[in-house]
Amino acid sequence: MDLPYLSALIFFPLLTGLLMIVLPRKWVNVIRVLGILSALLTFVLSSYIWWIVGTSGSFEMQLVENRQWISQFNVMYTLGVDGISAPMITITTFLTVLVLFYTAFTIQDRVKEFFVLFMLLETGMLGVFLALDLVLFYVFWEIGLVPMFLIIGVWGGKRREYAAIKFFLYTLSGSVFSLLAILAVYLNTGTFNIMEAVAAKPFVDNDLWGNLAFWAFFVAFAIKIPIFPFHTWLPDAHTEAPTGGSVILAGVLLKLGAYGMMRIALPLFPSQFYFYSFEVPIITILALFSIVYGAMVCMAQWDLKRLVAYSSVAHMGYVALGIASAAAGVNVIGNDPQSYNAASASLTGAAMQEFSHGIITGAMFFLVGMLYERVHTRDLKSFGGLAKQMPVYYGFMLLTAFASLGLPGLIGFWSELFVFKGTIRFMPIMAAIGVLGMIFTAGYTLWKVIQSLFFGTFDHERWENLSDLKWWEKVTLWPLVVVMVVFGLYPAPLLHTFNGAVMTLLNNIIAP
Amino acid sequence: MISLELFAWIVPLCPLLAFTVITLGGYRNRKFSHTVAILGVLLSIIFYQILFWVRIILGNTPDSLAVQISWISLGTSELRFGTYLDASSSLMLFVVPVVCLVIFVYSIGYMRDDKSYSRFFAYISLFAFAMMGLVLCDNLLALFIFWEIMGTCSYLLIGFWYQKPSAQKAALKAFIVTKVGDILMLLGLLILYSETDTLAYRFLFQDQVLHELASKPLINGASVATVVAFLLFAGTIGKSAQFPLHVWLPDAMEGPTPASALIHAATMVSAGIYLLIRVFPLLVVSQALPYIALIGTFTAVIAAVMATVQDDIKRVLAYSTISQLGYMVAAVGIGAYKASLFHLMTHAFFKALLFMAAGSVIHSVEHGYHIARGHAVPVEGQKFSPNSMLQMGGLRQSMPVTALTYVIGGLALAGFPFITSGFWSKDAILTEAWHLNRSVFWALALAAGLTAFYTVRQLSLVFLGTPRSQASSHTHENGNTMIIPLLVLALFSITVGWVGIPGQFPVLGRIVPDVLEIAFESPSLQHIAVDTMHSQAAVRFAWAPVLLGIALPALGLFLGWMLYGRQPLETGDEDPISIFMKAIHMGWLYRFVENGFYINEVYQTLVIRPICFLAEVTSIFDTGFIDWLIRSVGRIAAGFSIGVKVIDENVFDPDFSKLSRFSLSSVLEWIDTYLLDEIVNIFGFISNILSVLFQQLDERVVDGFVKLVVSVMESLGGYVRRLQNGLISDYLWNAFLMVLFIIAAISFLQ
Repeated sequence: MDLPYLSALIFFPLLTGLLMIVLPRKWVNVIRVLGILSALLTFVLSSYIWWIVGTSGSFEMQLVENRQWISQFNVMYTLGVDGISAPMITITTFLTVLVLFYTAFTIQDRVKEFFVLFMLLETGMLGVFLALDLVLFYVFWEIGLVPMFLIIGVWGGKRREYAAIKFFLYTLSGSVFSLLAILAVYLNTGTFNIMEAVAAKPFVDNDLWGNLAFWAFFVAFAIKIPIFPFHTWLPDAHTEAPTGGSVILAGVLLKLGAYGMMRIALPLFPSQFYFYSFEVPIITILALFSIVYGAMVCMAQWDLKRLVAYSSVAHMGYVALGIASAAAGVNVIGNDPQSYNAASASLTGAAMQEFSHGIITGAMFFLVGMLYERVHTRDLKSFGGLAKQMPVYYGFMLLTAFASLGLPGLIGFWSELFVFKGTIRFMPIMAAIGVLGMIFTAGYTLWKVIQSLFFGTFDHERWENLSDLKWWEKVTLWPLVVVMVVFGLYPAPLLHTFNGAVMTLLNNIIAP
Repeated sequence: MISLELFAWIVPLCPLLAFTVITLGGYRNRKFSHTVAILGVLLSIIFYQILFWVRIILGNTPDSLAVQISWISLGTSELRFGTYLDASSSLMLFVVPVVCLVIFVYSIGYMRDDKSYSRFFAYISLFAFAMMGLVLCDNLLALFIFWEIMGTCSYLLIGFWYQKPSAQKAALKAFIVTKVGDILMLLGLLILYSETDTLAYRFLFQDQVLHELASKPLINGASVATVVAFLLFAGTIGKSAQFPLHVWLPDAMEGPTPASALIHAATMVSAGIYLLIRVFPLLVVSQALPYIALIGTFTAVIAAVMATVQDDIKRVLAYSTISQLGYMVAAVGIGAYKASLFHLMTHAFFKALLFMAAGSVIHSVEHGYHIARGHAVPVEGQKFSPNSMLQMGGLRQSMPVTALTYVIGGLALAGFPFITSGFWSKDAILTEAWHLNRSVFWALALAAGLTAFYTVRQLSLVFLGTPRSQASSHTHENGNTMIIPLLVLALFSITVGWVGIPGQFPVLGRIVPDVLEIAFESPSLQHIAVDTMHSQAAVRFAWAPVLLGIALPALGLFLGWMLYGRQPLETGDEDPISIFMKAIHMGWLYRFVENGFYINEVYQTLVIRPICFLAEVTSIFDTGFIDWLIRSVGRIAAGFSIGVKVIDENVFDPDFSKLSRFSLSSVLEWIDTYLLDEIVNIFGFISNILSVLFQQLDERVVDGFVKLVVSVMESLGGYVRRLQNGLISDYLWNAFLMVLFIIAAISFLQ
């Protein structure tokens, strides 16, 4: 008998949230424990789902649930999981556990509301990764938006209202485009099901509508990723959001855009994607530009949190580049095994970058938040010589920073390597430029983050009472660090899941 | 066989385990930390020796050790991870852990008073792991991973004393400069990976695969093999500090001396050479070899020239390291990869010895300084620097053991005939160069002469004469943990050379077996790509290179003795070379060399400052333009809605009593706020951006050029003035230099 694992996974957090609403506001600790336990359970369930996917031996959609929803318009409630989405749901639940655990110790104000919103947010995010119906995808996409808007707007920093509204309006205007595109796809193919729509090849003979629908999807996802020039909501949102909000924003919400790109924009519109990645390489150039541009802005940045935010722009550029490079190869992968392997490499790289960036930047925002909680400033110029005062913090930050700059042996290296392995086959010059961008990444990470925080002279008067990490902070960071190192040295399990699913995705695209 | 296979994995894992134990809590106890670190390396040595000899006795080929684990699968391709032991890696593993062990023991004494004692041992354990992994692994991707981990350790160790701004700068510089090489190397790996879908040595270095790579064109008619060879060589240029990326190594001396000995002399910098030896089959089929020879030779000569005018005891050794690495690169470039490996091995021992002996001197001088201050002896006007050779002198009396070992290391570096190891390995390179490329031979022989010269200069300045500062006169010999490692390395610095005495060498060749040749010919250590490698002809013995290889260093030794040794400097004396150069009106040249040809300044002006400028501009552009654009869209949308409201109130639902008064004014007000204001805003933003831009441009670019021009003019100033004076001798000198340069350039281009 097939249990509805996926529905259970998606709605378990929501049910917990509903339960929390009826609990009295004063039972703060009960709410906290309940939230963490529920998140832990969800995490266990998602890991189990990953395990099922990994050991099934099939690379098609697993655990598919298919029910009538709005039968008049042929809208179905369709869920499914494969090797691309399984790691993504796991990282979502994983980061949620850590965020709730950390938040339980740091947020004292309106605890109940925060936890309820987070439960709702988790449901939205998981739904996006598991939905196989375009309308369902859209609904979950919008569900995730509201709690994050409130989290930034209520628990944020000084300019929280501005940042929250900017984030909300920007993403919303993007998703309106995607709604129009979804309708267009439906009118052309008669289905909202993603897999069926891919097989039906929408607008294959209508260039204008194909282009319009493609760009509508592209803009919606590009805003969320974000790709230059749609990125300016990100630094504000990150800077103003509370630590937990930043972690989820960078760790999961940005990935929704990349996931949409990979699951919807590329398979539905391979020829358009090919055209704008290779023939008129707008997308490739934008992706490359995000990488170099983000790194450049980081080099001139003295606000620690903004710096990490801009580094996200640069790092998500690798995801976009990987997808663009796979798209650039769609015409040749059918008959050239080396090109096929190259396209698989860049798409696997993009998927892996989603995962590793979630881990690394998640850890980075935790670390930045922990420092901010202590000193209430993010100005890098006011620090120096903290290595002696906060050795444990220094150790964690050092490892995370090295992972962030793509040091081999840590998780961040693999995705960049694979993306470039694919790109160099189809677009060698672009790959060379992107690879050179890694020097800038190394430059700002070491110079700005490591050296201005930890090296140099220590201001005794100002920072003498600065304490090193507390036990709960260490508990928050350790799992992230372990993941960075373990998958950094031995990426095979992660790769195995991604690679199989990516090959299926490519096969579906080149299928006649 | 299970146990044997495991041993190959355990060898590098021992130090990794040590690192982990120290990091996860062992750091609290200093004694525990160094015990664990030393135990880790010791176990590596033991396991490796067992592995090696059992293999030789059983006679298995490198492939019998092919325990591989599934590692990376992309599409239908798969890359597995395993170990690879052929002659090159087996010989390297005789050297690396031994040098590590000696330096670890030495560090106990040297780092004794440091607050971050345990941190140091954690870093060097991680480093030892990476170095051994790099040598042992069986594919280029794994090699690159270990390569980068070592680079990180190097960064952390150069910046070990992070309170010092100079250490901070040096660490960042080392990381970024080597990263430039690493990135190019990564590009090479990516091309190779993309072409072959694997990076495993066993697959790549088959004659057939090499042939395919050499015949497939990639860019402008250059074959895949050639492009990849050049890109991989860029990695060596960065890591092994070859011109033009050598600038980080002298600055890297900011790190603790044991780290300098281990990483920046004996092992990590030679990883670049090891890479060349490793991919030598690929280099053979590419067109890169002549250029590799050119870069190596050029570096060997200019670094030796720079070493002759340094005053800092460690910087002399740093430039000397660059020069010796140039030797090895040149050797690979002319096809003498075995000689290169041999020199790598001997150099690891004697350069580690020199650095540690220098460390012993510095340690002692620092203590002397504290004693001198403790006795309220006024320390003279010059700024105290424990590294300055001009403030040393006469240390042979207070530090006899250090002096003795320093002399042994120095003689090995100078290539003192027959006894020292440096002679035999240098001789191997020179002999091959004599047969394969005569211009490389002459350049390397010249560098050998210079090497002998600066070695004598250094020995004389440090150990002869009388102390030239209070600090030096209060020095005393260091404790056993520092002295015994020196003696051990001194022993190795002499004996290691004997393993490579060529069989054809008169008398000695018949007494001592040529172990290196035996290793390379041994079936258990057979290199792959047999055909490609055997196209490299064996080299005969010849008297000319041996005699010249003795004569030129002898000349260098003699000149050095005449200038520095015969009559040691007194306090406040100027360097004889400086005096000499001024006397012949070439002071500018002296300064030019002393400042490393101003290469740092050129980088600063042409690369660093423009990039920082670009970063500032991008940042301003981002908030000032892109984000402003978005905000304007928002404002205009808001304005539009208000406009609609105005129209709605006044046109569709007019309150006639107010119409005459309000409608026009409210429309005008709307235009004013939402259109005109925006236009003014645009101009405001643009002028704002321009002003900041110009300011940045001024600070970072224009100013940089001005500074560069000024510093170059300063150094050329004397020179130009002389030119105007019209002294015939100067013209002659210049003409002579030009001719020399042109001859050198032409002979290489042939």
